[in-house]
Amino acid sequence: MKKTAFYGALTVAGFAASMASAATLDDVKERGVLNCGVSTGLVGFASPNANGVWEGFDVGVCRAVAAAVLGDAEAVEFVPLTTKTRFTALSAGEVDMLSRNTTWTFSRDVDLKLEFTGINYYDGQGFMVPRDLGVSSAKELDGATVCIQTGTTTELNLADYFRSNNISYEPVPIETNAEAQQQYLAGACDVYTTDASALAATRASFEAPGDHIVLPEIVSKEPLGPLVRHGDSDWGDVVRWTLNALIAAEELGVTSANIEELAAAPTGNPEVNRLLGTEGELGAMLGLDANWAVMAISAGGNYAELFEKNIGENTPIGLARGLNAQWTDGGLLYSPPFR
Amino acid sequence: MSDTSNTVAFVRTETIPQMPPPAAETGAIKWMRENLFASIPNAILTLVSAYVIYSILAGVLPWIFNGVWNAQTLAECREILDGTSGACFAVLTERWPQLVFGLSYPASEYWRPSLAFVLLFFAAAPVMFFDLPRKMLIITLFYPFITYWLLWGGTVLIPILAFAGFVAGYLVYQRFVAGSFAAGFFGGVIAAMIVWYIGGFLIPDGANQNAMLRPVASRDMGGFMLNMMLGVTCVSLSIPIGIVLALGRQSSMPLIKWICVVFIEFIRGVPLITLLFVASVMLAYFFPPESSVDLFLRVVIMITMFSAAYIAEVIRGGLAALPKGQYEAADSLGLDYAQAMRLIILPQALKISIPGIVNIAVGLFKDTTLVSVISMFDIVGMIRGPILSSTDWNGVYWELLGFAALLFFVTCYGISQYSQWLERRLATDHR
Amino acid sequence: MSSITDPPQGSFRLSMLINDTRYRSLTFQAIAALILALSIWYLGNNLIQNLRQAGLNISYNFLGNPAGYDINQTLVEYTSRSTHAQAALVGILNTLLIAFLACVMATIFGVAAGVLRLSNNWLVSKLMGVYVEIFRNIPVLIWIIIIFTIMTAVMPAPRAFRGDEPEATMLLNAFAFTNRGIYVPAPIWGPGSLVVVLTFLASIVGIFAYRRYATKTLYATGRLLPTFWPSIGLFFVPTILMHFIMGQPISLDHPVLGGFNFSGGLQLGAPLIALWFALSIYTGAFIAENVRAGIQAVSKGQSEAAGALGLRSGRIMSLVVLPQALRVIIPPLISQYLNITKNSSLAIAVGYADVTATLGGITLNQTGRAIECVLLLMLFYLTISLTISGVMNVYNNSVKLKER
Repeated sequence: MKKTAFYGALTVAGFAASMASAATLDDVKERGVLNCGVSTGLVGFASPNANGVWEGFDVGVCRAVAAAVLGDAEAVEFVPLTTKTRFTALSAGEVDMLSRNTTWTFSRDVDLKLEFTGINYYDGQGFMVPRDLGVSSAKELDGATVCIQTGTTTELNLADYFRSNNISYEPVPIETNAEAQQQYLAGACDVYTTDASALAATRASFEAPGDHIVLPEIVSKEPLGPLVRHGDSDWGDVVRWTLNALIAAEELGVTSANIEELAAAPTGNPEVNRLLGTEGELGAMLGLDANWAVMAISAGGNYAELFEKNIGENTPIGLARGLNAQWTDGGLLYSPPFR
Repeated sequence: MSDTSNTVAFVRTETIPQMPPPAAETGAIKWMRENLFASIPNAILTLVSAYVIYSILAGVLPWIFNGVWNAQTLAECREILDGTSGACFAVLTERWPQLVFGLSYPASEYWRPSLAFVLLFFAAAPVMFFDLPRKMLIITLFYPFITYWLLWGGTVLIPILAFAGFVAGYLVYQRFVAGSFAAGFFGGVIAAMIVWYIGGFLIPDGANQNAMLRPVASRDMGGFMLNMMLGVTCVSLSIPIGIVLALGRQSSMPLIKWICVVFIEFIRGVPLITLLFVASVMLAYFFPPESSVDLFLRVVIMITMFSAAYIAEVIRGGLAALPKGQYEAADSLGLDYAQAMRLIILPQALKISIPGIVNIAVGLFKDTTLVSVISMFDIVGMIRGPILSSTDWNGVYWELLGFAALLFFVTCYGISQYSQWLERRLATDHR
Repeated sequence: MSSITDPPQGSFRLSMLINDTRYRSLTFQAIAALILALSIWYLGNNLIQNLRQAGLNISYNFLGNPAGYDINQTLVEYTSRSTHAQAALVGILNTLLIAFLACVMATIFGVAAGVLRLSNNWLVSKLMGVYVEIFRNIPVLIWIIIIFTIMTAVMPAPRAFRGDEPEATMLLNAFAFTNRGIYVPAPIWGPGSLVVVLTFLASIVGIFAYRRYATKTLYATGRLLPTFWPSIGLFFVPTILMHFIMGQPISLDHPVLGGFNFSGGLQLGAPLIALWFALSIYTGAFIAENVRAGIQAVSKGQSEAAGALGLRSGRIMSLVVLPQALRVIIPPLISQYLNITKNSSLAIAVGYADVTATLGGITLNQTGRAIECVLLLMLFYLTISLTISGVMNVYNNSVKLKER
């Protein structure tokens, strides 16, 4: 670990961390803390509460991975990253994984050498307008001023959508969600566009959410998911299968309420047994404890519990499951089998 | 003539008592006539300024005095105000710790940065005011180590070890400096390195876990504290580097001069924000592959380089202002380069440059707000990010921005007043 | 510095590298070169290793790819299909535009405040003192955010202009102040407008020619020709006459509320105005101090001497005090211009599409080419800075006191 005196001193002093991208899993275990990159503040997905504790759906994924690897859902260091710094932070090893509503695209996966480990939220870009504008379709937005968050796929989608529909618009690029909100509420732009989930979250934080409507058009596919560095497949597997475990747990009816009971002894369902480590050696294959999935699921519950607690219909954000329902319920969530 | 004056009856013999000056030439009226209404354009200017002042005060004062200091959310605050104009200062009282210490500095440890802040005055005082007893410099000497330990916590062995390294280096320097400055300097550096290297093995693994002060990671620090930390650290680090760069730029050795000129002109030619981009998205690639360096440290490196280049130019000005006779006198005494610089040239040049350095320091302190652009939560970052995006306080701009502006104004105005005082004082010394 | 007139003869010893002044500088430079080479090698090697490990490479090919995003203020042709290089060019032009506008405005603010601060009007000089202190001691980023917030939160939205009894109305039916920007009438160049423009240019040349003539007459005959009113007349009269002779070819396109926004006219976007105003008023405070120092630096004897020669106070200022004060004012003024250019990179905080926002912002984010983008960005600013300091050096040499 202490390769040179200089870095050794910096490491002890807490200014530097040694990392070897060859084996992130070992690094995380040795460090005892998972460094997880999250958004700088998007209510419902990742935002610090008044006590500075991070909460949200993306945060839940980080905690599940930390619980699976380290057995402690609190052993996470959340690193808030902007759209500009997120990929560099991951590539340079500042964070072990990124769970920051990031869209899976070809060029990010291939050109930027990142590895998406699954999809935790199927999203699409939508538009929000004030109700009194009297607009009911995005096609009526000719000449409108549109607020966009820069550095995301949304500004590319927006340009494509308006271009293909041959209508004009005036973009107002904005760094953070908070400022976009301020601009939109002050009427400096007619429309605010971003992922539909983030729109719902933003709208929920308004004083009078009823005065604003989200237009029916969804103009893009935005599969959001956690990602890791390219070239460390072992670590990628850990993150991928932790996410799958959360999804499979819902499908198999394993919740944070009944997991202790189910994990205590082998049950009648062999797949549940394999998932919970009472049968087979799936944990050891990942290089984790046998009860890795038990820890991950108990951290914040299975996929459905995370969803309902952070962004579901009973929260201020109020998102319906929609595409994010299990495949058995007509959604797209489909975990590969644990076998 | 003298005899007629005594005999002629209509000539006064005693002086008449002084009359008060006419009303228009006295007191407030005279002052106003001279200073406010001297001419017609002047009077117009006065009226316009008076109107400007009135309209600003008429808008701002009720807003301030009608302010609400106790509320949990903006909605609650608006309810209390009930449509009247007034500020929601409640956001300041509610989010006070976040504005000052950042998002995730542990609340139970707030006393540590506060203590460090108080100590800063004791450490800075002997440097800033020459009349204070020189013994107080001991506080300044210990201050960096104590503050590091207070802010970051963890094992006390690290600051002790760091201090031990400096002590060893100083002792060796003292031993050899009589022979040659270079030998003393490099000997000191090597001694310090050896102490640190050996000491590194003495610190047990996991010493941070059961330390007296709970360790706090630098990414948990934020708010105005972060601005202060960056400002103080970078200014103090950049002064020695700036001196070296300034001397290097004046050097007669072409290669060294060339290196310093390129460095200074490059840094001064680009905006600080691009250097911060370098820190946030580029610098990580320049460190060894098996380690990653904290964002805080990367930002400190870049800001230090930035201010060092500017300070070097100020000091160069000071060096250039010294009469050539000083250099010649040092040479004629037979002093070598290091001695001449240390004993004759630098003490005078630095004295001339102090006001300039203080100006650079003020500018740099203001520029520490730019770190909010690269997602560090300093006070501006806290305001624009977590506080304004929270559901509770979505839409309180003026109170928060005004508070940040006030903090900076008080600090920077204080320092610039100090600088003016210093300038006056140093100016009299020359007479 | 010290030189040895009679160097000791003898064979070369190794210790002479340190102790002999003839070799010492060579030794030090060799050490410096070695350290420089080592650090470059070390950093470069780390870079290469890191990039190889991450599987990345350094390539500028992305500049030729379509950018894919739109920009709201473009001085040259640009669509979302244009290349990243074109987007960078748009950003560069926008940076230069804001820098130029802010330099002009800051000079106006600064000179006005600097002169007024020396005024014998107590209230005005104190007010200017307060202005200077407040703006100098608060970070420019906070000013930019405050002024942008004023723009967006206080000004009415275009919506407010709608309806039978709108909350806001246009000034003179021609200027609309909204929180998206200020809309002003734009000229429409009809046929024949070229003649009018040429007339205008010719009359400006005429003004300069007349002023030269007046100066010449003054020196040759001592006769003082009036310059102010003839200049004003020359500026306006021929152009307006020609405008009517040609049958009013230039008309105005008034902004009209239609759809979501005002259409027609010329739009100055809110980010542009906020940044422009914030940079000018912030830097104006610094320039005011420079101007004040410059005027105070001219010794009082100069104006007294000029007064003794019988010059009027206006001429004392323009012929004696200002030319000398400018020598002191201009160097710091130019470095303030440099600061404006560099501070304009804070455009990113208000969404103005300068080069930091296009090349260093959106392009960087979309392509992930962080190193390339940041390097290009630094290269651009470096070029600007070095150009301006080059100009400054030329000026400094030209106004240097020529002592004989």
